[in-house]
Order: sequence, then structure tokens, then C-alpha cells
Amino acid sequence: MKKLSTAALLAVALSASPLAADTLRVGLAAGPSSLDPHFHNIATNNAMMRNVFDRLVHMDANMRLVPALAESWTPIDETTWEIKLRAGVTFHDGTDFEASDVIYSVERIPSVPNSPSAFTKFVKSIEAIEVVDDLTLRIKTSGPVPLLASDLAQFSIVSKQSAEAYLAANPSAAASITEIDSAAFNSGALAIGTGPFSVTKWAPEETLHLARNDAYWGDKPHFEAAELRPIQNDAARLAALQSGDVDLIDALPTSDAGKIREDAKFTVFEKPSNLAIYLHMDTERDDTPFVTANDGSKIQNPLKDVRVREALSLAINREGIARAIMDGAAKPAGQLLDVGFAGASENLPAPAYDANRAKELLTEAGFPEGFKITLQTSNDRYVNDEKVALAIAQNLTRIGITTAVQAETKATYFGNASKQAYSFMLLGWGSSTGEQGSSLEALLHSYDEENASGSANRGRFSDAKFDGMITEAMQTLDEAERNAKAAAAAEYGIGEQHGLIPIHFQNNLWAARKGITFEPRADAYTIIDTAAAE
Amino acid sequence: MLQFLVRRLLQAVGVLAVMSLLVFVGVFAIGNPVDVMIDPAASEAERQAAIVALGLDQPMWRQYLTFVGNALQGDMGKSFVYNQSASELILSRLPATFELAVMAMLIAVAIGLPMGLWAGLKPGSWADRLLMTISIFMFSLPTFWVGLLLIMGFAVTLGWLPSGGRGETRELFGVPFAFLTWDGFQHLLLPAFNLALFKLALVLRMVRGGVREQMTSDYVAFARAKGVSETRIVFKHVLRNIMLPVITVMGLEFGNILAFAVVTESIYAWPGMGKLLINAITVLDRPVIVAYLMITVFIFIVINLIVDLTYTLLDPRVRTGGAK
Repeated sequence: MKKLSTAALLAVALSASPLAADTLRVGLAAGPSSLDPHFHNIATNNAMMRNVFDRLVHMDANMRLVPALAESWTPIDETTWEIKLRAGVTFHDGTDFEASDVIYSVERIPSVPNSPSAFTKFVKSIEAIEVVDDLTLRIKTSGPVPLLASDLAQFSIVSKQSAEAYLAANPSAAASITEIDSAAFNSGALAIGTGPFSVTKWAPEETLHLARNDAYWGDKPHFEAAELRPIQNDAARLAALQSGDVDLIDALPTSDAGKIREDAKFTVFEKPSNLAIYLHMDTERDDTPFVTANDGSKIQNPLKDVRVREALSLAINREGIARAIMDGAAKPAGQLLDVGFAGASENLPAPAYDANRAKELLTEAGFPEGFKITLQTSNDRYVNDEKVALAIAQNLTRIGITTAVQAETKATYFGNASKQAYSFMLLGWGSSTGEQGSSLEALLHSYDEENASGSANRGRFSDAKFDGMITEAMQTLDEAERNAKAAAAAEYGIGEQHGLIPIHFQNNLWAARKGITFEPRADAYTIIDTAAAE
Repeated sequence: MLQFLVRRLLQAVGVLAVMSLLVFVGVFAIGNPVDVMIDPAASEAERQAAIVALGLDQPMWRQYLTFVGNALQGDMGKSFVYNQSASELILSRLPATFELAVMAMLIAVAIGLPMGLWAGLKPGSWADRLLMTISIFMFSLPTFWVGLLLIMGFAVTLGWLPSGGRGETRELFGVPFAFLTWDGFQHLLLPAFNLALFKLALVLRMVRGGVREQMTSDYVAFARAKGVSETRIVFKHVLRNIMLPVITVMGLEFGNILAFAVVTESIYAWPGMGKLLINAITVLDRPVIVAYLMITVFIFIVINLIVDLTYTLLDPRVRTGGAK
């Protein structure tokens, strides 16, 4: 069977005709670094693992929560949630999915050896899990956790029985089943989920081979098998699609999107994303490192003045940047998630470009001649990040704020930015929960190391009124009420106080050969169970 | 001979020791890997937990001593990203790079040598001028650009060859190789040719220059006067004399391809060591970077040794010189 499909592949490579419909070949900008879904909390791994493992709750293409291994989740009191599990689900190795698998997954997450970025934060509020019956769980939390369902949508469920069998066969592998190393998953032995596809073959940075799980509880995938090949280089990934070596690619470069859209042989799938590009400003220190007067002398940090922050925001031509720099693959932003996402405000459109008003505001603030500032940016993290920063610098220079741009690799940029080495930074924030409240809490709540609030507040914006608003919102159990409060907090923190300056939402782009259908997602995950060939 | 080998081995150990220190300090200067690898939404406590989990909370000198201690026992550390032994990870990619490098060198020598001979024997002819002009393009055009052009031409437009990847492999002595299957061989052609271009031009020019110089030398004139056939003069005497510099340079170039085929491997998504290195650098996977550079240094030392030994076989003067 394997030989046969290889022969078929070869024939296709030679004749460059469309492939037999049973295998979907995908070119990915980055492949997974592990088959252990609990090893590294990073988007590229999480995306691929969604093809193999299920979570209790899933996010649909618009990041709304939908039932998966859990059919329902209901709060019973302030700190207890009742979870009804789906019946009749089996793992790829045939073992049944049970309540004990959920408990095992939650227990394993904090003890995964050598994890460079753990999933612990999604389970740390869980104090105990009670098994009511085979298909009913009660989760006790340490305090009110209104976003518990969002947390449950972030981690995969692995099989306890398989782990026990593995440890019995390899007693030297670990002290207990919760301490099993990711190597056991990478070898394929434990890469066993309940998801739409099972793993047939993988090695680091090589093609991930998947086979359809015919016993899948959800809609049966169209393709019998899939090959997900990492092709990091943008031009090479596009060439692989154009030459017919792959059927679908992710992260289509924006500069090529126009050309491919016009080509009748291909289809482009586009989706506004949950990733907002924004500017963070040092609003804490009086003496900030990268701001000087026009003659180079030291000045009191102007970014602490809300009028200056508003002037910066109004001076940026977001429409122009989205059109010219992003080739239309971005939407100007006035907050951290677009209208339509939970907790987004209807009253925060992208600020219109108004250089005259910006100049007036600068004069009011006592800077009629402007000042000098350096905008720092990464050059390998976000789509066209350095070019966007350069365009912003030009916009700002036009109203008298002489702006220089300093770009560096992400390997050093984020560390420096977190250490408050900079005054003015271009950054991006993707909301993993699909709702705005947690983004606001991480980016604009006063920096508080102990309570983990404001954990990504690199500008150290601090406003007591805002802190109160967002904290109250995040403790509200009722979803509609919580979202309304988060939206109000955004209107105050971003709309009035300009604690940060949103630029745009990146669009996620995929391209496929004609005849392939694919559901583009706001979270940029390439999930292939809904992909089909006409 | 033995003394020569011992001396070289001692030198090698010294070079490795110095390199390990340089690489370690250099990698340290770049930044903290945790800042790159951790989820952007992570809190400071989670960040600290990751730093401890990866052993980065220790001072640099202690991390270095731990590294040296483990390296002496053959353990180069575990990759942060893959949670696998770094040296195993790199060595598992070696066959792919090795076959690519060998194929590229074969192409370079198989085409470059006869072309160089032809051009050198007929200096000033149209063939000579044409080959010289083409070779200028071969070494002046960037590999990156030519690689993409080859893909556009042979994969996208003509559809003759695959655009990237390694294709099907077959095992030889337990090691998977692509050139043993027709599918894999097709995948190998474009990247190997792309890598070969520069070396091809180099061989061509070196051979041409060598032949021109040797053909006017006294021993060739003497052989001609003796009535030795032109074929014998060229292939038996001249070729042998011009091979010494060619072998030296090709040896170093081979090491270069093995260690730094990064560009070609990324464009063709060839799962070799170079691609692993570039990915390791972007995420600051320190153990992989350090292990990679150490292995590279080792490879260069071995190649240089082989080149020197080849010398002694080709040129008796080196042998007698060494014995004194």
C-alpha cells in the first residue's frame, strides 16, 4: 500500500497533473518541534497537534468555543463547573476515552520534563477533579474562573491507558506516568489522540505523515492521508504549490497574494486574524532611553502625556500601511481584537489619519517643535514588521517627531523589550482565548509580577481606574456581562488613555490549487479535517 | 609518519578546546533562549520556571564546565526545542547533507575538469572564451537566486523535477539515502546542481590555469621532443601535476558544503544539517548550535588531515620531506 502511493506520487511529480484525491500534501512555514502536545506551548505545535489530539473544548474558525470531548460545561457555583463528556470516543489505539484521561492530562501538564514553555497556566486554577460518573466530571477551581472553558480549549487530552501500557513495557522510561518524557511521544509510541488523524511517521523538521482516523467522533475528514511538509523559505513554499508538489500552503507571503489571487489555477483563503500589531510606549519613567529633544539634549519623557500618545495615534496612516505595505492583507485596528470577537468594542474603529489634529495636540502638550524618538522593532517575527515600522516613522516625522527605526532579530528583541531597554516598540499580540479581556489584562494592567497581571505590559502603562475595570470584568461569570465590561475597559484604556496604539490586524493567508477547499482560521492554525477536494 | 599524525591530533584537540570556549561565549552573547521560546502570554513566574527547566539559571562558567564535562563523555547536551540529544539530532541529518555534498562535488569535478582541460589546451579559442564567461556567472550569481531560478525553470515551468524535499529514501548499512531510489535521486538533482555551480567554476578555472602553465614548461617540451604522444603528456604528466592544488581546494570546499549548505538546504527544504542549524539559530537552541559548530570543526580537521595524506600519495617530495 505504501509502495503504491509512492508510485502514484512519483507519477504525479513527473506529469505535474493533479494528485489522486486520497492524500492532501501541505507546505507549512514551520512544522511541529514535538509530537508531545504538552511539551511546548507554541502556535506551530498547537496547530499540528489539533489534527491528532482533541481538547475538551474546541475553537471554531472564528475562535468561538464549541463542544469537543466535552459536550457541555456549566457552572454549578462560583468555583465548580460540571463537564459532560462525549460518549463513545476512542483513541487511535482503540482504547476508550474516559474521565480518567482528562485527570491524567491535567496532572501530566505541570510535570513534563524540560518544557521550554509549559501549559501549566491553563490548569493551575484547577484544584480538584471529581468523577461523578463515567461521563460527568466536576472541576473545582481555586477561585472564580469565568474563562475556564477557554482554558479547557488550550490543552490536548492524552490517553492514560496507553501511557500505563508504555510504562509497563519500558519501566526505566520514567518514575511515573505523569513524568513520561516527550521522547515517548516523538517516537510515535504515545502520539495517540482521539483526533481526526493519527500519526504514521515523523522526524524533527521532516514531513509529518498522517492517516485518517475512521473512528473519529466528528465529521469524517475527506482525505485518507495527509503529508505536512515544513518549507520555511517563502519563495520555495510558493514554488512547491506552483509546481504541484503540494496542494495547500500556509503563510502565503503578502507580496505574492495579488499574483496568486489572479491566477485561475489557485485559490487564496484569507481570514482576519486574532493577531493585532500595536505600539507600546514607555509611560513609566521620567527619563526614558530613546527620547531626546531635537538638539539631542535630555527631556522629560513626553510619552507620559496622554495628548502626545493621542497625537502619535492620529499621525499614523493605518489605511495607507494596510494597502501599501501589507498589500491589502491587513485591517486597520482601533483595539486588540476586531469587532465580532468576544469582548471587542463596537465603538473603537481604527482612528482616522489626522496629521493636523496631531500637530495641535503636540502643541497643546508643549512640544510644538516635536522631539526625537527611536522606534524599535523585530524584523523576523510579524509580517513585514520592519517595513511597517519604517512607514510609521515616516508618518511621525511628518508631524515633527523625528523617528528613527532600529530593527533586530526576535532572538534578542523580545528579551530587550521585556527588560524595559526601549522607549517605543512595535509588537504583536495574538489572543489565544479569542476574547479581548485577557489581552487587555496582559498588556495594559499595571505590571504586577506576583499576581501575573500586566505580564506583557512592556510600556508599564499604569492606571488605577483601568486596573479596576479590567479586574472586575475578568471576574464576571456571566459571559455577556463580562464581554461588555471588557469592551468598556478597552474604550477607556485604548480609546481614551492610549495606553497602547493599535495599528492593524494581520490577515492569515493560505493558498491551494484549484479544487481544494479549506477553512481559513482566525488563529492561523492549519487544521485539515475540513479540507476537501471537489 | 606516526609523529606527523600525533602532532596533528594534538593540534586538533587544542583547536576543539578553543572553539568550544569561543562558541559558548558567542552563543551566550546573543540572548536568552527562553525569551524566544516561551509563549508571549507567559507570566514572569512561568518564565523563571522555564529558565530553571533548561538549566539557564546557572552562571555562565558553571554551564560551560557542565558542558565540557558532559562533552568529554560524548554528551553534547539536549536540544531545548526537540528535547533530544543534540549530537544525535545533528548526526541523524548528516547522511542527507553528505549525499548532497558528494553529489555536488561529483558534478563539479565531472563537468569542471574536462571543461578546464579543454579550455586550457585551446587558449584563446571560442570555446575557451565561452567557458570563461559562463564560469564568471557561475561564481558571481548568488546561490539563493540561482536556486530559485532553477526551481522556477525545472519544477514550476517544465515540471520535470520536484521543487524540494528529499523524496523516498532507501537504507544502506542502516543509513537512509535518497540517491538509491529514482524518486530520491530526482529530488537530489536540483539542490546538488545548485551547490555544484560555484565549485564547478572554481575547478574549471584552476584546471585551465594549471594546464596553461604546465603546457609551456620544460618537461612538456622535453617529452614532446622525445616523441611522447600528446594524450600521454596531458593525462599522465600534466594532469597529475595540476591535481595537487585542485585537491586541496576541493577538500576545503567539500568541508564548506557539508557545514554550510544552509542556503541551498533551506530553499530546497532539504532535511540536512544546515537547515537544522539555521532553525536552531532563529530560536536560540543553544545546545544544537554549540554541538553543530563543534562537529563542524571536527569535520574540517578530518578533511584537512585527509588532504595532507593525499598529498603524500600524489607527490613523493612531500613524503620524503616528511620523513626527514
